[in-house]
Amino acid sequence: MRLLTHNMLSSNIKGVTNGFPLRIEAEKVVEKQVDLNIDFLKNMFPKIEWKALVSASRTMGYAELPEEVEPSKLDSEEFLRKFHHALLELHLEEGALVCPETGRRFPVSKGIPNMLLHEDEV
Amino acid sequence: MKLKHLESLLGRLQQFSNPKVELEQYPTGPHIASRMLYTAENSFGDVSDKVVADFGCGCGTLGVAAALLGAEHVIGIDVDPESLELASLNAEELELDIDYIHCNIKNLGLRAEVVDTVVMNPPFGTKKKGADMDFLSVALKVASQAVYSLHKTSTRNHVKRAALQHLNASSAEVICELRYDLPQMYMFHKKREVDIAVDLWRFVPQSRI
Repeated sequence: MRLLTHNMLSSNIKGVTNGFPLRIEAEKVVEKQVDLNIDFLKNMFPKIEWKALVSASRTMGYAELPEEVEPSKLDSEEFLRKFHHALLELHLEEGALVCPETGRRFPVSKGIPNMLLHEDEV
Repeated sequence: MKLKHLESLLGRLQQFSNPKVELEQYPTGPHIASRMLYTAENSFGDVSDKVVADFGCGCGTLGVAAALLGAEHVIGIDVDPESLELASLNAEELELDIDYIHCNIKNLGLRAEVVDTVVMNPPFGTKKKGADMDFLSVALKVASQAVYSLHKTSTRNHVKRAALQHLNASSAEVICELRYDLPQMYMFHKKREVDIAVDLWRFVPQSRI
């Protein structure tokens, strides 16, 4: 699972008011190269929850993203490459996503998070 | 990519070996899937460089088609783990990088705005009434540009009314009518092959700005 997916996924357990962002427990991270698509990144940037992406990428062992970022950064190819890497090339292969409110773990196996809810959670 | 090439690549995908009747698992054949995504791309520009989600992806055909047509990020979502395993294999076979999420569409927590386009071949709701409308309801909340979906032609008026009046679609148009060749997959199918008319819909969600 890419961090772009993580950046839109939340815990939807009944009663949880803010299930985003899910905390990551990373057991295995893999990297897969993707061609740089600058227009896509520029278009995506305003839609990204930046803090969630920075903290997720750090948990995955990539600490190159700045905490705060000005939109003017989008003119820097060096910045775009880092953004691209964090967003599209890092994959959580094994581990878990954890609900920030309840601590409920959603296991990730073979890159697929299991977000199924139990009967008493819906 | 030409339509014929897309259809032939989709024809190589593995289909369900043990379809689950309670989930109404009918595969989306290469003929329909290729036309659906080809139209979304070439008539509306809703696929290439976009974020596309495939709801109830099954063995992954629609998502694979989106990725082949240049979607930048594709997410397939299904409640059935065996389908997801098959979908992953299919994507891998074609060297496509697709994310999968194991989840019931009804309980999906996916924030709006990031996904541009949702594509889906929802359960028609014959086994579980309303299942198709549940899918459509979530799709119209998640997609920011368009939702492409297949529904039985016999339900056309109902789908249109529900989408516009209750599910906040700003438009709901049938793009074309297709024949769904349903091979005899389940014991309750009496005829060897059932041919049903389905509509390919394009729904536009209401702008959230």
